[in-house]
Amino acid sequence: MKRDPGFYDYLPYNNRPRIEWPGGARVAFWVAPNVEFYELNPPKNPARAAWARPAPDVLNYSYRDYGNRVGFWRMLEAMQRCNMRGSVSLNVAMCQHHPEVIQACADNGWEFYSHGTYNTRYLMGMTEAQERAVIQDSIDTVRQYTGQKLDGWLAPALTYTERTLDLVAEMGLTYVCDLFHDDQPGPVKVRQGRLTSVPYSLEMNDTIVYNVNLVQPRRYADILKRQFDRLYEEGEQSGTVMCIPLHPYLVGQPYRMAAFEEALSYITSHDKVWLATGREIAQHFNTHYFDAFAAAAQPAGDSP
Amino acid sequence: MSAAPETVKAGLPDAHLEYPLRRYGMDHSHYDWSMLPKRKPVQWPGGARVALWVVPALEWFPLNMKGVPFKPPGAMMTAYPDLRHYTLRDYGNRVGIFRIMQALAKHQIRASVAVNAAVALRYPSLIQACTGQGWEVIANGLDMDHLHHAALAPDDEAQLISSTLAILRQASGQPVRGWLSPAKSESANTLALLGEAGLDYVCDWVNDDMPYPMHTPAKTLHAMPHPIDIDDHTILVQNHHTEDDFRDQLCDQFDLLYRESATQGGRVMAISLHPWVIGQPYRIGALEQALKHIMAHRGVWAATGSEILDAWTAAQA
Repeated sequence: MKRDPGFYDYLPYNNRPRIEWPGGARVAFWVAPNVEFYELNPPKNPARAAWARPAPDVLNYSYRDYGNRVGFWRMLEAMQRCNMRGSVSLNVAMCQHHPEVIQACADNGWEFYSHGTYNTRYLMGMTEAQERAVIQDSIDTVRQYTGQKLDGWLAPALTYTERTLDLVAEMGLTYVCDLFHDDQPGPVKVRQGRLTSVPYSLEMNDTIVYNVNLVQPRRYADILKRQFDRLYEEGEQSGTVMCIPLHPYLVGQPYRMAAFEEALSYITSHDKVWLATGREIAQHFNTHYFDAFAAAAQPAGDSP
Repeated sequence: MSAAPETVKAGLPDAHLEYPLRRYGMDHSHYDWSMLPKRKPVQWPGGARVALWVVPALEWFPLNMKGVPFKPPGAMMTAYPDLRHYTLRDYGNRVGIFRIMQALAKHQIRASVAVNAAVALRYPSLIQACTGQGWEVIANGLDMDHLHHAALAPDDEAQLISSTLAILRQASGQPVRGWLSPAKSESANTLALLGEAGLDYVCDWVNDDMPYPMHTPAKTLHAMPHPIDIDDHTILVQNHHTEDDFRDQLCDQFDLLYRESATQGGRVMAISLHPWVIGQPYRIGALEQALKHIMAHRGVWAATGSEILDAWTAAQA
């Protein structure tokens, strides 16, 4: 096992090339709804059980299912009212299970990137061939059902092998959401290919906010606004990125929806905010700043 | 024959890359895939917009709980005998439930009370007090130490269901049409057995805001939208939110559903309560304030589970 994942060099926030976003925007803002399918009885990965309770975990399974039946549609309407496109973090088996959800996303011009096949199939323990098969499945399924080229990746349920990011780059993807080390995009060092890390966020992620930190919905709105205000202020010096990762089964609960929409409306009504998708942010960075950022970064010294 | 090389043996079993249930709809046959906003709008009696369904639970946690296959929320926690948790749960049945009763009576709201059969045996006068208010009794299993789970043999589970129903039907004088599994825990057979037992609705699944049909060999059951989120235990005990936060979340829940009902048809607002939680003196006011907010709106129909299900069924015709 490694002591350092080795995916990036050290590039301090106070000394970087200046990022300019399109239209002079200070913040590239994107929303990443996780459109997920959890299996009731998945094969058990030796490293992680899919469900907290013995099978069938009716409570936790049905809680996730709420997202597709109910929550997604509420979230979609809130996004539409704010003219905000989503960048869908997609369990690609959703294309087969619930094509109506995929169609609704496509109709609104949303991007699809991969969040694995199912949120109950984990990468830990896979051979390279198995992992390649999972990534190829995502590429093929997204192409077949949406016509889009797959550019982005967020590993299913944030599960990995050491080679996951190398493989997604080698297989033609251009950005990943798996690294939480920065508020700006950055180069990812991989075996082959050119891969950008686009800031996603655990702090802004409704799963962490609601399921881990057990926060009140109105407080979530406050957190989102505070995060945006600071990144908007700093973005005058150099462009920043803010992502709100969502899960329709959480944000789409009736008692949570209005507070989220209020925060989304607050953010999207600012002048100098670029309402972008993950792919657009990655492309802009890749074209204009990737090489400069790579050149400015300092390799980490030896680890003790 | 030599052993397979390490690289072949390593990795996950083939099943991890096989997807036999990757198909249109669900990965099981308990119910059909259905999107809430695509359904036919429902009309409630009297043109109501929101059906308010209040579901307190009367639970009994035995002092010598085994916690198989897991300890349900509210279980004993300290070394035996755990007097503090046993008695605090019992507080709900002695004191807290009567505060809820008073809060609901003020607005003529009849609850649907989910009852462990053990409570009906131990405290028959409590069941009479509930039915005397016009409340509906929902079966909530035998007690909080008899969970329905995979290791339970189907015959044993069928026996558990039938004895639970017999006790509650006798105690309440009601048909008992609804079921809530203790801790919402089911085996793979529970739904089929509930159908065989003649039940009409089940409250374990939290995937919808409206009733919907579930398939069982004996009959069509219905899932009723009994939430885990808008629940005093979740918000006050698990999330450590304040009483005012609980009130605000109940009001926000109602406001959104009420707004949605203007364009999408009738909605159900269910409130799940535990008398040992919300029935504390410092907390009961949060429920009272939320009910005052909700009941001040036109078009709120406070109903029992059976009434809501029957009206929903009539609206499907």
